[in-house]
Order: sequence, then C-alpha cells, then structure tokens
Amino acid sequence: MRVNPTLRAAAACMALLAAAACGSSDSTGSSGSPGAGGFHPPHLAARSTLGKPEGQVNLIAWAGYVEDGSDDPGADWVTDFEKRTGCDVHARTAATSDEMVSLMKTGDYDAVSASGDASLRLIASGDAAPVNTRLVPHYKDVFPGLKNRAWNSVEGVAYGIPHGRGANLLMYNTRKVRPAPDSWSAVFDDASRYKGRVTAYDSPIYIADAALYLSATEPGLHIKDPYALDQKQFDAAVGLLKKQNADIGEYWSDYLKEISAFKTGDSVVGTAWQVIANLAKSEGADVRAVLPKEGATGWSDTWMLSARAKHPTCAYKWFDWIISPKVNAEVAEYFGEAPSNARACDESADKNLCAVFHAADEPYWRKVHYWTTPIEQCLDGRTGVRCVPYAKWVQAWNEIKG
Amino acid sequence: MRLSRPARIALRTAAAVGFAVIYLPLLVVVLNSFNRDRGSGWPPPGLTLRWWTAAWRNTGAREALWTSVAAGTAATAVALALGTLIAFAVQRHAFFGREALSFAVVLPLALPGIVTGIALNSAFRTVLEPLGVGLGLFTVVIGHATFCVVVVFNNVVARLRRTPGSLEEAAMDLGAHTFRVFADITFPLVRSALVAGGLLAFALSFDEIVVTTFTAGPGVRTLPLWIFDNMARPRQAPVVNVVAAVLVLLSVLPIYLAERLSSDTASGSRI
Amino acid sequence: MTSTGQAAGSVRRLAGALHRRPRLRLSLLLGAPLLWLVVAYLGSLAVLFLSALWTTDSFTSEVVKVWSAENFSALVSEPLYRQVALRSIGVALAVTALCAVIAFPVAFYTARVAHPRRRPLLVVAILTPLWASYLVKVYAWRLILSAQGPLDWVLAPFGVSGPGYGRAATVIVLTYLWLPYMILPVHAGLERLPESLLDASADLGARSWRTFRSVVLPMVLPSVAAGSVFTFSLSLGDYITVQIVGGKTQLIGNLVYSNVTLNLPLAAALGTVPVVVIVLYLLAVRRSGASSSL
Repeated sequence: MRVNPTLRAAAACMALLAAAACGSSDSTGSSGSPGAGGFHPPHLAARSTLGKPEGQVNLIAWAGYVEDGSDDPGADWVTDFEKRTGCDVHARTAATSDEMVSLMKTGDYDAVSASGDASLRLIASGDAAPVNTRLVPHYKDVFPGLKNRAWNSVEGVAYGIPHGRGANLLMYNTRKVRPAPDSWSAVFDDASRYKGRVTAYDSPIYIADAALYLSATEPGLHIKDPYALDQKQFDAAVGLLKKQNADIGEYWSDYLKEISAFKTGDSVVGTAWQVIANLAKSEGADVRAVLPKEGATGWSDTWMLSARAKHPTCAYKWFDWIISPKVNAEVAEYFGEAPSNARACDESADKNLCAVFHAADEPYWRKVHYWTTPIEQCLDGRTGVRCVPYAKWVQAWNEIKG
Repeated sequence: MRLSRPARIALRTAAAVGFAVIYLPLLVVVLNSFNRDRGSGWPPPGLTLRWWTAAWRNTGAREALWTSVAAGTAATAVALALGTLIAFAVQRHAFFGREALSFAVVLPLALPGIVTGIALNSAFRTVLEPLGVGLGLFTVVIGHATFCVVVVFNNVVARLRRTPGSLEEAAMDLGAHTFRVFADITFPLVRSALVAGGLLAFALSFDEIVVTTFTAGPGVRTLPLWIFDNMARPRQAPVVNVVAAVLVLLSVLPIYLAERLSSDTASGSRI
Repeated sequence: MTSTGQAAGSVRRLAGALHRRPRLRLSLLLGAPLLWLVVAYLGSLAVLFLSALWTTDSFTSEVVKVWSAENFSALVSEPLYRQVALRSIGVALAVTALCAVIAFPVAFYTARVAHPRRRPLLVVAILTPLWASYLVKVYAWRLILSAQGPLDWVLAPFGVSGPGYGRAATVIVLTYLWLPYMILPVHAGLERLPESLLDASADLGARSWRTFRSVVLPMVLPSVAAGSVFTFSLSLGDYITVQIVGGKTQLIGNLVYSNVTLNLPLAAALGTVPVVVIVLYLLAVRRSGASSSL
C-alpha cells in the first residue's frame, strides 16, 4: 500500500479542516433559524449555468427511486429521461443512510437521494455541493414546507432538491391491539402488553422517536426538538429504549421484513411508513396506521449534488426530471410517499395518492419532525449546552440492541 | 463396512431426514414463486404463474445474471491460474515460508467477508482513486478471485499429493522437457481437480454478496445484489423467488457434469 | 519450418534453463500469486487494521489520522463489545457442532452405505443448494420460522411451536446454510477410509458401534475439523442472516457493519475480533493434523 505522501497529507488536512469548520462555530451561527444548523460548511459555490449534458449520470438512490423498467416493467421513468437528455443513468441502490454517505465519499457518484439523517453530514464533510435552484425550473412548484429546511439547506443556501416525504407512523394489528392506540405509549410504556411482538425501526435515528414521546410525557426534560438532545435528555431517551428492548420482537429496516412480520403476527405494533400499511392491508393483514397525538418523526428525501460530480449537467437535468409533476407522481406512487411537487397531485394514476399520503396537508406535516442529523451545536437554538452528536447516537443504538 | 441391519436402517433414516432438511426450504422457495400474494405468507392463499411471466420479462434480472456470469468466469480464471501456481510451488518445492503461504492462502475465505470487503474497498480507494480509476466490475473480480484462489489451491494440492512426482521424473528421463511434461503428464493428472475447483470457485463467486457490496462500482449489479435490491421492494419479492427456483434447477446440470468428470478424484475435500 | 524449428528449440532451451534453476522456476511460480495475495490482500488487511488506530470526526465521520489506542481500549472496556463477541463465538460453535452432528450420518450414508453408482448423484444433491441464492434461502427460512408459518404448522399437532425469530433461529438458519460445507469434507474423508481397515476391525470381533468409535471416528476427525473451519468462520462473520431471522439479536458482524460507514477505525478494531479468533481456530485445526484435508 504505497500512497503518495503529499496526497496523504492533503487528505489529512482536509479531514482536519472539516473538523475545524464544524467545531469552531458555536458563537456565530447558532442563534439563527433552526435551518442555520450552527455550523459552517466548506465554502463551495453553486453553479450559475449548465454546460452540455455529459452523456452519463451516476446516482445513489433508495430502492424504487430510479426505475428503468428492468425490474418492474410498469415502473419506468428513466428511459424517457435518457432519451430526452442523452444522459445514461447508472444507479446504485443503498439500503441505509449510512451506506449513502459512504458511497458519496467514494466520489464515483454525481447525486444522491439523501434523507435528512444523511444530508447535513454530507454538507459538513464537503461531499455535497450547493444547488442553484434557478437551474431547476420545476423547483418553483415544490411545496413551500419543504424548501430551505434544516436538513436541505444551510444559512439559506439550498443544498438539494426535495423529492418526497413520509411520516413514521404507529401501525398496529387491529385484532390484537385494543383499544385502538392514539399514542406512542403503545410501544413504550404499554409495550409489555405485547411482549415479543413490538417492532421498531432499526436505525440510530429511532432514538428521536423516544425523545419525541418524552417531550410530551416528561415535560421536566424540556425536549423541544428530538434531534437536539443534551446529555441528560439523550440518556432519558436511551433509557426508555433499553426498557423497550425487552418487549421488542425484532427491529425492521426493509419493508418486506415488516410487512411479513405484520402479516404473520410476529409483530403487532410498531413504527411503519404509510406505504407499508397500505401494502400490508392490500395483502389481507389487519393493520391500521395512525399519526399519534404526540406527532411523529418523518423523513424528507433530498436530491443532493456531489461536490466532485463528474456529470453535473446531467445531474441537474435529473433533478428537474424527477420533480417534474408527472414523474414525481409516478415515483411517489411507486415508492409510496407524498410527492414534493404540488402539481404532481393532478398527474397521479391513483387520484387518491395525495389524499392517502397527505401530500398537501400542511397541518399534518406540522406534527412531523423530519430526520435531521444531530450535531454538537443544538439545532433548537440553545447555546449554553452541547448536544449529543450523531456518532454517539450510533454507539448508543448498538448498546440499546445489546 | 459390515453394518448391522438396525444400524443400516438408522443411517438411511438419518440421511433421509438430512436430505429432507436440505430440500424442504428450497421447496418453500419454489412454492412461493407460485404464491398469489406479494409478500410471503403461509399457507399461500392461491397459486399463480404471474411471477414466472414477470420474471421472464425482467431485463434487470437477466442483465444481473450476465454480470454475475462475467464476474464469476473472470474470477474463476484468475483463481485457477493463481491457485494452480501456488499449489505447484507448495507441493513440488521446498522453500522458506511454505507453511505460512499455505496458511495465508486460506485466509481470504476464512476471514469474514465484511473484513475482506472493507479492507479491499479502502485499498482500492487509496490506490485507484488518485489514478482516476473508480470501482467497477474489475474490482469485483479482484475481490472474488482473492477468496476463490483457496478452493482451486485445495483441490490441486490434494491431487498433487496423491500423484507421485515419479511419473514426471520418468517422463523427463525419457527426454521430455519441462513444458512437455506439464502438457502431457501433469496437466491431464490435475485436470479433473481443476474442474472441481473451478466449479466451486464459480459457485462461490456467483452467490457472494458481502465482498461484492463493498467492491462493486456504480451500475455494476451482480445477481445477489439484484436480489438484495429487489428483496427490499415488496412488489418484487415473488419474482426473486422465481429467479432462485430457476437457478437451483439450472445448477444441477453443471454440477452433475463436473461430478462425472472428477468422480475419479478421491475428492480430496472439494472445498 | 525453420521458424517453428527455431521456436521449438528456444522452448526447449527455456525449459532446460528452468529445469536447471529450481529457484527461478519457483519464483516464476510464486511471483504473481505472492503479489496478489501478500501485497494486495494482506497489505489491504494490514492497512485496515492500522487504521483502527485512527479516530473519526464525530460529525462528518471523516477519518482523523491521529494515532490513538482509543478504539482498542473501548473494545476491552466496553461490556457491550465483550458480550457481543462472546455471543458470536457461542453461535459459531453451536452452528459448527450442529453441522457436524447432522453431517455425519448423511455423509456416512452417501460415502459408505449408498450404492456406489448412486454416490456421485448424491454428492450433486448436496452441492445443489449452494447455488440457490443465500438471501433467498434466508428469506425462505424467515417464512418457515414465522408465527403460524410452516414450522409451527408442522409442530402444532405435537403441542409445541417453533422458536420464533431470535438467537435459536439464527443458529438453525446458519446451520442450514453451511451444512454442505461440512458434509462434503466428511464425505470425502469417509470415502477414503480403506475397506480393509474396517474389515480388520470386524474380524477382530468389533461390533459396528465399536468399529465406528475406535476406527472411523478418529480417522474422519481431521475432515470434520476441515469442515468446521468453514462452518465456524462463515458463522462468525455473518451479519445478514441475523438481521433477517435474528429478531433483535446482534452479532459481531452487525457491529462491524453498523460502524463501517460512520466510524471506519472502530469498525476495523471490531473486525480484529473475528480475525484473531479465526486465525487461532485455524492454527488449532492445523495443529490437530487436519491440514492435509484442509
């Protein structure tokens, strides 16, 4: 393994710079809007114009976001894109946000459909570049509630194009779980009633679900934002999850696993996405999904541009394509999520799409706390304390699972 | 071995149960490929041929199959070359570090795939990236070949151990030169071991997922990666079952042929 | 004619030179494999484990190249890691033991009891499941083990139910997955047993069981050890099966995987655990004399 020493030194410097950039900013950036995030990303400028399409674009996406009909002939919005722009799409699906981050770091990819628990990390490490939204004509139709938010912008600079969103709902088996729950207590304080049949999302970000529940049930902890937890609040959330672990049957990470568990009765209550509830129901499972009274966590995916993109023009073309009303409706319908483009609601094959997924239901989304990467600078604007950063969440999550 | 009647019956029964345990889950896969439901459920509410037609039309699966075949063939070729070379060196020569080498050769298969995967991934990135070369199919081939070497090596070494060098010496005494001896004597002797080793190497590569995950570049999707992708989509799970069922049925042929070819090997542990 | 003659002559000269210089021959044999195996593979491993001595920036998860033993001390001091490591070794040992117990009668049948003409076919029957995708098999087991699934369905008349998802399910499925890797070497070992030896034992008055215990078992043990290398090491490194059927169980592979993307140095440090265990296991197996069947 001989590595050019200058290169190695350069890499080390980059790493140190990135660390310094986000570690030395507590005095300036933290008092602004929550979107300010309290850190300064590396200085990168967005492009002001587009060049000629490069003939290719490499994407990292969630399964179901980039479909060319080869897996499911009914789902194909890539072929038309390729024909129109001349950009060949090479997609790699990632199973987790962490995998997306590491794939982005390879520099082999031009863009990624990052969820909020990945996006800030990509921005801070300089892997994602700012996006000039003026170069994405369909951006104007994106729901205002998705623009310039904490997970897709820093200090008013957009770092991506919103793709779609969903909430982490409470799903339960209507025959086994009675009375019908309307609170997360079903999976926390009352979880022992369904011992061995409770399920939870297998990711460190799930700690925020516990924090959200505590924000309602333990007012003494003063949790304002489930992604901005100081040590004491964090320990309380982790303690709650360790207690919950005794009643957990399994943690889920892909939808097939959860649908099958609810169908067979291996799981009877737990977090789920709307699409999982719909599919499980269509296959005869007795399930219902609700947005509990405490609200819920949720995700909003953002198409982000790699700072080292080799095919930026094609990437921009892709951004515009994927949020164009018809395609946005198609992908939202296929994946099972709320589209980001307001005009997508008129284009969907299933006229109920936007109603089922609450696409335009702003009061609904106000109860949803979207995944955001927790960082040391508290995202809720507190300055006197340090919050627990995501790396610690990962460690804690391993401990919770035991 | 003369076995008592009860012992014979007991062995037969145990073997029957063993084979049943091996095959019943595969039967479940086949049955599920006809399941009317998308997600798996038991018992299947009804049967359909829908997924078989869907799989037939699935170009993604077909492309992935060819990618896997290409990766497997290339990795097997590399493994055959390297494995045979090491086997000859270890079995026909005495040198310092011989023991250590025959030990090291086992490591890529014995160590967890995830360790091999992340080690190769960071190595590729530190070495290839500055050269402007990204991950691709060839990095998958390198990764697979690394752990396939050992199965070829084991087969060839076992064969060489049972083949006395005297045959080769006799040929030399009769005036044949090194290459001649190899072509006329040594190669025919190890040929069936190569087939057995190569086949197992191909099978290993064909079903590998962990090292592949860490070494595949953008747009490179082997069949296991395709299966992994599609398993995560509820709409596709039954199609995956069809592909798996087809693979099992298809695999019988090459394995049987190879077994015929190498049935003379006292099967010095095919692994 | 002359040119082929010349070519043949130079081949002969080259062959002669090679024959006279065994060292040269050896280095030609070993050059490429050593470059590949030692430089590329072991080199990558070494760099990975060196990187275990680095740390990461907690937010960007960039590797910070400052030497520290932090990760290794966490490995020792953190009870979680110890617990998970021990659990993983326990699972791997259980899988290995189960594989050996199941493989023996099957291999005995295929190698010594079944009609010789049918033996190749039986070997094919053992090898075939290796071609069915690993993932598909694991998902099939997920269905088999589910509540009211096929296993419960079969067991219901006896008034028992399956183990459900969890550690037991993980052991069962891993045993299933790696069983062929145990049957094959044991089959080969049993096939190699000279008939005369067994006859001699019988002539000396030993019953089947006695012959088995005193003659067959000791001679096949190295093959079992060879098979166990695979069952043990493949189980120790697995993280996908346990995700699918393990319920909430975590094994060492899961810990490595969960840290790969965010904290590569810690993942590397965690990765040393199975590596050390497997290397020790391999050394022990070689010592037991199984190296010839490995």
